[in-house]
Amino acid sequence: MAEADTAKATRFETVIGLECHVELSTATKMFCGCLNAFGAPPNTNVCPVCLGHPGTLPVPNEKAIEYTIKIGLALGCRIAPHSIFHRKNYFYPDMPKNFQISQYDLPLCVGGHLDIEVDGETHRVGITRVHLEEDTGKTVHGGATGRIGGAEYALEDYNRAGVPLVEVVSEPDMRSAEQARAYLTELRATLESLGVSDVRMEEGSLRCDANVSLRRPGSEELGTKIEIKNLNSIRSLYRALNFEEERQQVALERGEPLIQETRHWDEGKGITTHGRSKEYAFDYRYFPEPDLAPLEPDPQWIETLRAELPELPAARRRRFQDELGLSAHQAGLVASSAEWARFFEATVSAGADPRAAANWMTGDLAALLRETHQSLTAAKVTPEHLAELVKLLDEQVISSAGAKVALAEAFATGASVDAVVEAKGLRQVGDSEALGGMIEQVIEENPAPVEQFRKGKEGVLGFLVGQVMKKSGGAANPKVAAELLRERLSGSG
Amino acid sequence: MPVEIDVQHVARLARLALTEEEQERFRRQLGLILEHAENVREVAAVDVPPTSHPIPRSNVLRPDDPAPSLSHEEAMASAPEEESDRFKVPRVVEQE
Repeated sequence: MAEADTAKATRFETVIGLECHVELSTATKMFCGCLNAFGAPPNTNVCPVCLGHPGTLPVPNEKAIEYTIKIGLALGCRIAPHSIFHRKNYFYPDMPKNFQISQYDLPLCVGGHLDIEVDGETHRVGITRVHLEEDTGKTVHGGATGRIGGAEYALEDYNRAGVPLVEVVSEPDMRSAEQARAYLTELRATLESLGVSDVRMEEGSLRCDANVSLRRPGSEELGTKIEIKNLNSIRSLYRALNFEEERQQVALERGEPLIQETRHWDEGKGITTHGRSKEYAFDYRYFPEPDLAPLEPDPQWIETLRAELPELPAARRRRFQDELGLSAHQAGLVASSAEWARFFEATVSAGADPRAAANWMTGDLAALLRETHQSLTAAKVTPEHLAELVKLLDEQVISSAGAKVALAEAFATGASVDAVVEAKGLRQVGDSEALGGMIEQVIEENPAPVEQFRKGKEGVLGFLVGQVMKKSGGAANPKVAAELLRERLSGSG
Repeated sequence: MPVEIDVQHVARLARLALTEEEQERFRRQLGLILEHAENVREVAAVDVPPTSHPIPRSNVLRPDDPAPSLSHEEAMASAPEEESDRFKVPRVVEQE
C-alpha cells in the first residue's frame, strides 16, 4: 500500500468528473399532475401521460423549471435564453414511452462552478451544464434467482416515471477521492439550502455517477475513462474512487490496457465490477421533442429567482467564522447542512455561546443521532434544550459529565433540561460537607493512588477526582472535589 | 440520390424481428423518406434556422398543482400481465 501510494503520487494523476442526478421536490411530476411522492403503493401515482398512452401531451411543470434555474444560478451558470427538450430513445421497460424526455445540446443552464475546500485549500470545480429531464420507473427483476442475469421477467412500478430530475454535470476538475467527496457534500448542501430537493441519497433522490481516469502528470490528454455507477452515499463514492484509482494504477504499471467501460460499485465487497449497461447500443437517436415548446425564460423572472436565492453553505461558513467566532473546522461541520445551520442559529438565538453550542452539536449530539439513526429535524431535542444546557454548564450548575447525561435524557424523552437536572439529581454538589463523605470513601478505597499522590505524584489527583465524580453520578463539581482532596491529603498526612 | 439505411441496426434498436422480405421493403421505404430529408437539406440555406417546432411558441407551462391520477385498477388495465401490483413484462437482457 505504501509503495502504491508513492507511485500514485509521483507517476499518475487522477482525473475525476461527476454526474449527479437530483429529484426535485415538486408536488407533481414533470409533465403531468400526478403526485411526486416517494414510497406510495406501486402504480398509484400514474396517468395516461406518464404511462405513455397514445395521444397524450406532456406539459412542463413551471416549478421544476424554476428550481432548475435556481440550481443553475446557485452554481454560477448562465441561464440559456433558449433551450429545448429532446427525446432520448431507448427500449427498456422502465420508460413506458420507449423514450425519456431530456435535454441534449441546448440545456437550461451552462458553464458554472462550485468551490470546495479540502485541507484548508479552496478548489474550484467547473460545472459543464445543468439540465432537466424526467426520472424513470423502478424495475424489480423476478423469477428463478432474483438476480438480473437469471431473471425471467421484470416488474415495473411507474410511480417514479416522470418525476422531475435535474442532472448536474461537472468538468473533470477533481484530482482525488477527497475532492470528489467534498464536491458531492457541497453540492448536496447547496441543493438542500435551495429547498429544491430532499437530497436523500438512501432514497435515490440524489444519485451520483463518477467518471475516473489516470494520466501521467503534466499530460493534457485524458486517460481511458471508466464510469462508476451505483454510488448510493457519499461514503460509497469515496470508497469506490479509492478502489478504482488503485485498480487502474496497478493495471497501468503492469502495462495492461484499460478499456472504456461502465463499472458497478459493490458496497458489500468494496470493489467495482464490470457492469452491463442498459445503454448497450449508445444510440439514443436524440431528436427535438415536438410536443414541448422551447423554454425562453424571461430575464426578469431569472432576476426574481436570483433575488430569492437563500444564503448558500459557503457564505454561511464564512459568516459563522467571522461573526460568531467559530473555527473553520467547526463552521464546516455546523454550516454545511441547512438543517444543522438552522438548529445552530436557533440555539445561539436562545442565548447559547456559539462555540459551546457548536461543540455540543458536533460532539455528543451528533453521536446520539448516529446511534439512533435519526435526523436532527426528527429528533426530540430542540435548540432550547441545547441553549439551556450550555447556560447551566456555563453557570457551573451542572458539570460537563452531568451535561452529557442531561443531553442524552433530553434527547431520549424531550423533557426540559431543567427537569432532567432536577429529576436525575445532576445539580453540581460543590459544598464540602456533601462531598466530604464521598471523598473519605474514595481515599479509603484507593490506598495505593493516595500513597502515590502523597509521595508527590500530582497526576494521580485526576484519577481520584474521577472516582469522586463516579460516586456522585457526575454531580460533583470536579474543581471543588480536587481542592477538597488536595486539602485533605496534604493536611492530615 | 438514394440514401442507404442500415435496417438491421434500426430493427435491433427497436427490438423488431424482421424477415428478409420485410427488411428489403423497409430499406426501400425508409430510404425514400431519408432521400426526401436529404432534398430539404439541399435547399436549406444558412439563413434558414433549423426548425424543431413548426409554431413559434415558447414557455407553455403548467402550475405545480396535483391532478387526479388513474385508479390503480385503471392503470393496470393496460398491463400485459400483472404481478405484485406491477406491470409484468419480459426481461430485457443487455447485450454488449
